Amino acid sequence: MEPTLTFFSGFGINDFWFLGEAAMRTMWISILSITLGTLFGVLFGWILYEGKLTAALTVAPVLDVFRSVPLIIQLVLFYNFAPIVGLNLDAFASGVAILTIYAAALVANVARGGIEAVDRSMRRASRSLGMTYWQDLRYVVLPIGGRAVFPAWVGVALGVMKDSALVSVLGYVELLKASQILITRTQEPFLILSIAGAFYFALSFPISRYAASLEKRWAQ
Amino acid sequence: MIEIRDLHKYFGALHVLKGIDLDVQKGEVLSIIGASGSGKSTLLYCINGLEPIQQGKVAVDETNVHAKSTDINKLRQKLGMVFQQWNSFPHLTALENVALAPRIVKGKPRAEARDIAVKQLTHVGLGDKLDVYPSALSGGQQQRLAIARALAMEPEYMLFDEATSALDPELVGEVLDTMRLLAEEGMTMICVTHEMGFARDVSDRVAFFHQGVMEEIGPPEQIFGQAKSEHTRKFLANVR
Ligand SMILES: Nc1ncnc2c1ncn2[C@@H]1O[C@H](COP(=O)(O)OP(=O)(O)OP(=O)(O)O)[C@@H](O)[C@H]1O
Ligand SMILES: [Mg+2]
Repeated sequence: MEPTLTFFSGFGINDFWFLGEAAMRTMWISILSITLGTLFGVLFGWILYEGKLTAALTVAPVLDVFRSVPLIIQLVLFYNFAPIVGLNLDAFASGVAILTIYAAALVANVARGGIEAVDRSMRRASRSLGMTYWQDLRYVVLPIGGRAVFPAWVGVALGVMKDSALVSVLGYVELLKASQILITRTQEPFLILSIAGAFYFALSFPISRYAASLEKRWAQ
Repeated sequence: MIEIRDLHKYFGALHVLKGIDLDVQKGEVLSIIGASGSGKSTLLYCINGLEPIQQGKVAVDETNVHAKSTDINKLRQKLGMVFQQWNSFPHLTALENVALAPRIVKGKPRAEARDIAVKQLTHVGLGDKLDVYPSALSGGQQQRLAIARALAMEPEYMLFDEATSALDPELVGEVLDTMRLLAEEGMTMICVTHEMGFARDVSDRVAFFHQGVMEEIGPPEQIFGQAKSEHTRKFLANVR
């Protein structure tokens, strides 16, 4: 075999590690934004549930915007306009920021649904035992409502993980961007995209398996 | 003692309780009967502060339930309540259902909360179901679980809102037996009920509610034997 010193070199083991590393970045950006997005989303969901009129006039329309404008537009707008207002965020931070808000907007609806899933009379029962409003939320509404909407939340989380690919437009080298770089060099799109796809699968499959087993355990 | 004075309750424009005056003494068992929508459940909710009132006063052991200065969560520990829907916490075992409030509300250590739960579950005949989830219990068992859960707070009063109405007929008996047991032990009880047999046999007094008014109150012999009010007689004729 002659050494390949050409610009278009073949796919090698180093490239595989390059993709693996990028998959780690995809995982990292996803974990961060799903975690933060869930925390904010639960807070917003609670505001939507309790706030009624005030929420309908403030939080709800903002979340609607973030839910309905395509993520790629949000990312590009945010990345390019944030510096104007003095926010100098790199591609990673911009990606996390937008994905977090996006996830929060989706989780907010899920969380509100979770609170609504707990019967009024169940909440009266816990209050009648002397629980405070917050104890009722923590010990009754959270576990019962949380379980009711857990599958929906998993759907959001997996969706955000896949959508994190869009952060590639900002130049952040996550899984998709890494694949594009390798494809340009190796001209082997089929192989590389298959590997990238396998990585995405490897990231989400354990989550859905674990979620399924949790649901099964709760169902008993 | 529970004292209710000139209690008025509105839901928006709907006048649901129209000036209720009622005293319930320590140790007394009072049954409340009346047609659907007459305000029986609402009265119970007003007694433990789950519903605000618009006029009048409710006092439990001289504490005004609806005063801003009242620590309502503390007061509710005195007032156990059992609902028509069992409302057992589905994510907790029977034991955990009962131990939860003593632990988080009263701040009892885990082991002590557990002991209380075992004691109360045994009390209502569920001593062999400690580690079972509510989904594996029958309606009657879940309702007894709810009674044990309320008793675990060591209340001085128990409010029952149609505790047997949602049960299959063959499961009513076991819940009524548990309520009877509590009455015999001297618990002060207010029972909203459609079980006339229970009202007659167990109560010291029976109150008949009609369209937001306490139409008549007296010993069971009076209400079931020679009711003074036309409405009471009509209601009883229809339920029997
Ligand atoms: N949260 C609420 N908002 C508005 N109206 C209500 C509410 N709760 C009860 N009501 C109304 O108040 C009236 C009294 O209701 P309540 O539940 O106290 O009756 P009840 O005597 O317990 O009847 P039932 O035997 O059907 O349980 C009814 O007309 C009911 O529709
Ligand atoms: Mg009722």
